[in-house]
Amino acid sequence: MIARADTLYDLGRSRVATPRAAAALGIFLGLFAFWLALPPVAARSVVVPGVVAGAAVAIGLWVVSRGDLRPGWGAVAAGIVGILGGAFATRATTSHLDVVITWSALVAATLRYATPLTFAAIGGMFSERSGVVNIGLEGMMLMGAFFGAWGADVTNSWVGGLLIGMAFGAGLAFVHAVFSIHLRADQIVSGTAVNFLALGITGYFFNDIYGNNGTPDDLAGIPDVRLAFLGHIPPHGLGSFLDDSFGQLNLMVWLSLALIPLSYVVMFKTPVGLRIRSVGEHPRAADTVGISVYGIRYACVTLSGALAAMGGAFLSIGFVHSFAENMTAGRGFIALAALIFGRWRPFGAFGAALLFGFASAVAPRLELVSGWANYGTLFQILPYALTLIAVAGVIGRSIPPAAVGRPYAKQ
Amino acid sequence: MTDAPQPSPKPAEALPSVAARLAFYQRASGIVTPLLTAVLAFFIGGLVVLATTHKNPLNTYKEIFNGTGLNWLFPWIHGTERASAALNLQQTLIYATTLALTGLAVAFAFRCGLFNIGGQGQYIVGSLVAVQMGIWFTSMSAVPHVLLAIIAASLAGALWGGIAGFLRASVGAHEVITTIMLNWIAVWAGLYLIQGPLQDPRAALVQVSVTKEVSPHSKLPVWWGNSALQGLHIGFFVALAALVVYWLVLSRTTLGYEVRAVGFNAEAARYGGINVARNYFLAMAISGLFAGLAGAIDILGWQFRIDQTGITVASQIAFLGIAVALLGRNTPIGVFLAAMLFAALTTGTSTRNLDPSVFRPELAGNLTRIIQGLVVLFVGADLLILYIWRLRRKLKLDRSKVLPQEVPQA
Repeated sequence: MIARADTLYDLGRSRVATPRAAAALGIFLGLFAFWLALPPVAARSVVVPGVVAGAAVAIGLWVVSRGDLRPGWGAVAAGIVGILGGAFATRATTSHLDVVITWSALVAATLRYATPLTFAAIGGMFSERSGVVNIGLEGMMLMGAFFGAWGADVTNSWVGGLLIGMAFGAGLAFVHAVFSIHLRADQIVSGTAVNFLALGITGYFFNDIYGNNGTPDDLAGIPDVRLAFLGHIPPHGLGSFLDDSFGQLNLMVWLSLALIPLSYVVMFKTPVGLRIRSVGEHPRAADTVGISVYGIRYACVTLSGALAAMGGAFLSIGFVHSFAENMTAGRGFIALAALIFGRWRPFGAFGAALLFGFASAVAPRLELVSGWANYGTLFQILPYALTLIAVAGVIGRSIPPAAVGRPYAKQ
Repeated sequence: MTDAPQPSPKPAEALPSVAARLAFYQRASGIVTPLLTAVLAFFIGGLVVLATTHKNPLNTYKEIFNGTGLNWLFPWIHGTERASAALNLQQTLIYATTLALTGLAVAFAFRCGLFNIGGQGQYIVGSLVAVQMGIWFTSMSAVPHVLLAIIAASLAGALWGGIAGFLRASVGAHEVITTIMLNWIAVWAGLYLIQGPLQDPRAALVQVSVTKEVSPHSKLPVWWGNSALQGLHIGFFVALAALVVYWLVLSRTTLGYEVRAVGFNAEAARYGGINVARNYFLAMAISGLFAGLAGAIDILGWQFRIDQTGITVASQIAFLGIAVALLGRNTPIGVFLAAMLFAALTTGTSTRNLDPSVFRPELAGNLTRIIQGLVVLFVGADLLILYIWRLRRKLKLDRSKVLPQEVPQA
């Protein structure tokens, strides 16, 4: 019986293998079409990206007709992005394009903007995979941002700041955990409350301690990692590109990049991860086989607070080297969106964080070009609209852990 | 196993059933919990004040209270004090108008079992439409112009909320996520509009982009106070009317019955022949309508134009609607009282009204946020209040040496 199921499964896989590959090609072609219209190639006729992107759409439609909806529509969407982006780029002057598109700077900026989102999204993944909705990520980031800065000021070292920030983020997460696990409050209501609380607490202590002067200028900051050898990699163009993109990134950026595979291994390849997921999918069953549902959930929610606080601390002592009231400005919610867009998986969440980061990186560059200021603002809508479409199930359904949001009562 | 010292644990103790919770609420008349919550939140807030400023928190609270204008209600206040109290009370009521409406926007969805966190987006969309309607049709006379602007803005809010409702009804996308996305789309689209098509060209050189002002006809008349000093406009009565309509719709119409049935148990409602998807859509649309109305009232009542902070900061008043609805337990009177409480707190802690030597307004504003957070936290955890309630009962019963009798089981 089991063997038959396996064969069926394998058969199914081999049958869809070709359309899948075709869809991947389509997605690649769509993005390639856009790239053709940008520097350094900068095709000056809309026909060039149009033909390539048209091929992407055609492949996508073929895949859809074969019944593989998700990759198919993905290829169609990539093709449409290619056509629209190509048309837009070919209408702009090359000097404008050079201002906006400096690939190495874009890569570095995208990574910088994506880093806080990645930390918070991975944190959210632990919490939600264990069955606790964490809408309080925003507040936990904010705690990390303020107390990270405060800790760096008090201990005069960025390590102290980071640890203190993480502790306060975890503390706030623990409050969320107590209310949503033991007291079985509505997890969304509790998360909202935690956000209000963090806004008030950080604002209160920021004003109480630093007043109108703001955080001190000589705040200990998280150092950048200088990778000088990247510049010496043989072909000069490649070397300088790598150097400009990755040569001078903050330590936290690298930590976030390391966190992704690490959390993937923990979540999907270790017994601990299996327990977390089982608690999030079917707590009663997990309880029956002796897994402590409450213990796992407390640990995961607290961990999510610490991770989100790392993202917040990066903002204050890794990125801008100061703190301002409500400085996270909704990034926790965006991280939540990235988590859902990425289907509660580390690499997916990172991909979505990159998308959001890219939008944040491109928008100010668009505004640098005179007359394009408004396009920059409008461009910021894109990731939210994409997430909305993704959640609506047009490009495949995001299916949350089965027991997420439901309090568990021991029997 | 013959003489086990402890009685077997009753299920009701581990997890209070719906019936037990209902029985509790009926006994407490739904008043004890919110009151206890507010008192607890203010108590903890007072501890924060005591710990950080080393001053008597009661004095601080008294000073904040005097800034709210609620002392106008005391007959023994006279002279200039009374005049300034009246001014403050007008501000409190203007703020309470908006909060009551954004509170209703959250409460209506709650009654259908939905969590409308998208009040901000719906409010922004409503404000933008109201501004544009106020700028257009300058030749119209006052009453139809105001009506047109308000109705159009409410419908825009309803549309924005309806998108989330439709997605929930059709593909099951969770409304919390879709409304957060719709909030950000509204924020960025709003910023685009006021920096571009809607921007007042004469104000283009000013640092902050701002729209033109609505035509004088479309402004809501002021009925208490001086219109030059931002007196209380008739939008206050619109909010009162909205509270009545909310109650009428929920408790006196088929739609309200269906919405409540779906909110209580969607599966049972479906089994009973109620179209759950339709109710999800309608509940979110009506919620959005209230939030859009709030945006319109703010624009036509006292803002008259929108700038960047109006889009990004002022619209966050819609988030407070969550606290208002939760503390008000989704009842019209509760929503009104909760809106008054939070509005009074905001006016009382504003820079203008609070003496910095008593308590710095920047601190006080954040204290308000802490109190709001605590209120939402405690209100959400009725189990906590239930525990305290039972503890009290148990203590009382132990004293009278009567066997503890649990809440009747369902």
